[in-house]
Amino acid sequence: MTALLEIRDLKAEIAGKQILNGYDLTVKAGEVHAIMGPNGSGKSTLSYVLSGRPGYKITEGQALLAGADLSQMSVDERAAAGLFLAFQYPLEVPGVATMTFLRAALNAQRKKRGEEEMSSPDLIKRVKELAKILDMDMEMLRRPVNVGFSGGEKKRAETLQMMLLEPKLCILDETDSGLDIDALKVVSNGVNQLRSKDRGIVVITHYQRLLDYITPDVVHVQSAGRIVRTGGKELALELEETGYARYQSEAA
Amino acid sequence: MAAVQETVEQVRRVGADQYKYGFVTDIESDLAPKGLSEEIVRFISAKKNEPEWMLEWRLEAYRRWLTMTEPKWARVDYPAIDYQDLYYYAAPKSKAGPKSLDEVDPELLRTYEKLGIPLHEREILAGVERPEGEERPRVAVDAVFDSVSVATTFKEELKKVGVIFCPISEALREHPELVRKYLGTVVPASDNYFATLNSAVFSDGSFVYIPPGVRCPMELSTYFRINEKNTGQFERTLIIADKGSYVSYLEGCTAPKRDENQLHAAVVELVTLDDAEIKYSTVQNWYPGDENGKGGIYNFVTKRGDCRGANSKISWTQVETGSAITWKYPSCVLRGDNSRGEFYSIAISNGRQQVDSGTKMIHLGKGTTSRIISKGISAGRSSNAYRGLVSAHRKAEGARNFTNCDSLLIGGACSAHTIPYIEAKNPSCMFEHEATTSKISEDVLFYCMQRGLSQEDATALVVNGFVRDVLQQLPMEFAVEAQKLISVSLEGSVG
Ligand SMILES: Nc1ncnc2c1ncn2[C@@H]1O[C@H](COP(=O)(O)OP(=O)(O)OP(=O)(O)O)[C@@H](O)[C@H]1O
Ligand SMILES: [Mg+2]
Repeated sequence: MTALLEIRDLKAEIAGKQILNGYDLTVKAGEVHAIMGPNGSGKSTLSYVLSGRPGYKITEGQALLAGADLSQMSVDERAAAGLFLAFQYPLEVPGVATMTFLRAALNAQRKKRGEEEMSSPDLIKRVKELAKILDMDMEMLRRPVNVGFSGGEKKRAETLQMMLLEPKLCILDETDSGLDIDALKVVSNGVNQLRSKDRGIVVITHYQRLLDYITPDVVHVQSAGRIVRTGGKELALELEETGYARYQSEAA
Repeated sequence: MAAVQETVEQVRRVGADQYKYGFVTDIESDLAPKGLSEEIVRFISAKKNEPEWMLEWRLEAYRRWLTMTEPKWARVDYPAIDYQDLYYYAAPKSKAGPKSLDEVDPELLRTYEKLGIPLHEREILAGVERPEGEERPRVAVDAVFDSVSVATTFKEELKKVGVIFCPISEALREHPELVRKYLGTVVPASDNYFATLNSAVFSDGSFVYIPPGVRCPMELSTYFRINEKNTGQFERTLIIADKGSYVSYLEGCTAPKRDENQLHAAVVELVTLDDAEIKYSTVQNWYPGDENGKGGIYNFVTKRGDCRGANSKISWTQVETGSAITWKYPSCVLRGDNSRGEFYSIAISNGRQQVDSGTKMIHLGKGTTSRIISKGISAGRSSNAYRGLVSAHRKAEGARNFTNCDSLLIGGACSAHTIPYIEAKNPSCMFEHEATTSKISEDVLFYCMQRGLSQEDATALVVNGFVRDVLQQLPMEFAVEAQKLISVSLEGSVG
């Protein structure tokens, strides 16, 4: 069976500076992978390269989503194909009500896949259910996208978008940062509801406490633009003890 | 960079092809001979069976115009206009003055239908879908085709509450005392080059009178259409809201695609007496010319409202997407104590369009207040300038103004300018001014596209967010139309 995400010897640069140095990663449907690694090791860069952010250039290697070469797809095509990125720093869209944004995004994806659009009443109903799971006030969804949201509220809103869009591959870039203890539980619960045999989830995080709630199948350590060690969930616990010092010297 | 580059490409492809109102109606016209002279002024006046005083008024304006020169201070650039090479009067041939809609030339009815303006009294203008059972708001329409009004709907029903809504040519015959009392009192015949020209040769337009204490029971609107080649359109609109009355009025306009430029020099005068309010909205969609700047309408318009009475209010809302060149400053003279003026504007320029637009708020009375919200969006190789004046007279004790001008740039080949003038002759007044200029954020576009929106949809969404404060000022039906129009004027096929 083809893997959901297959990254082979990927090299990528931004502004002429090489950040990913021969990256290999395979995520199968049904799996949850955690990526950990020191600041500046290129974790967010990986997420941007996969989602096609302008300025990020693949110089060598390949990234395939369900067998399709991501580098041949536009940003919105990748999204419609099921790639979702929960941003480390979600952007604000002034003047655009969150509800309007959700409707536009969902229906744009459905249209690209040749599916029928979701009607407004159905959409509102669905969003209400999700808001309840994530303990969010509907009033917030009438406000412009992320404008004036607190750090934690932005992360909840990202999770809500992800749950509504039901992507095949979810990449969560430090979704736990900025969340208080209760919010961490609520958001993790939302993410766990997305766990399914058809879906792959990649969580980028610095902390074990997130993995206490979202138990990963595989844990990777990333350093200087590539994966330097892979293990089971106990690897995260080990990192908590030892830190990254040995990997940094290894990679250098 | 890549995303913005693509947007630029898209915007570049936009132009003539995107203008869906560019068709020509094949209809026989009555044309006055080309050129401008006393003869032509007399001809127009005679065609309309005007009273003698009106002809005199026109002739005086014409003589005055001969002594004036075209203004050159705006940030717009165009070849000299040959005023002798234009037609000043064009009217679709028909049996003199249709009495009812059944008598209107079917070709004309089809034209308005194609424009989305059905001239039936049971329908509304904009094609907004509503849940079943919910009543559609009704809108009375005056349709002006080249130099004449071809149909006005709901006249009878409006008459019942004393509202007069008719072509100005008809008002001159049926209500001469009202027209004479107010015409030229807001924009004098000598006001400026284009207004003076309009005073001499104006052909038609709408007249509205709302009697004291009446809240007009429906939206009133006028749709202007230029069809004939080489024809100037000089319409004149006069709206009077008597004491304690209220009216919401909307103006829309389109023209066929033609390689030649066409001149549109309108005058709009608004008067509010004590406690009255006029809300005037415009969705301006004249043909903007093709991507190389060939053809398009020169829109040189004088719009002014006079808050003559105490506690009265005039609010201008405009969505400007069309025209090759726009020169337009809807203004408020705040004469009555505690009167209020508002100006909400969205001006979009694309291709080679040039916009120089803004407003004037002239505070004369005590406690007068005004608010200006301007959103300029430039794309392609266009230029977009906001020019505004806020002034307070010595007697304007406690006058206040708040101005906010934001400009959004799409791509690197366009430009935006903000030119505010402030004159406060009374030390107690408070004028606040905020201005920003920004480029459409590539990061925000990426964020939207990561959620599945195409480049066009993402751009349209961001732009719609940018203009939201102003869109909210439009009557609901027109806000939806305007939103679509904004997408179309910026993108390829976004609808
Ligand atoms: N536009 C850019 N130009 C040059 N270097 C950049 C640019 N953007 C990112 N970088 C560099 O790329 C490297 C990887 O950054 P990245 O954000 O991917 O790290 P990260 O692993 O996500 O770190 P963190 O844990 O702090 O989120 C950093 O050294 C960063 O400075
Ligand atoms: Mg990061």
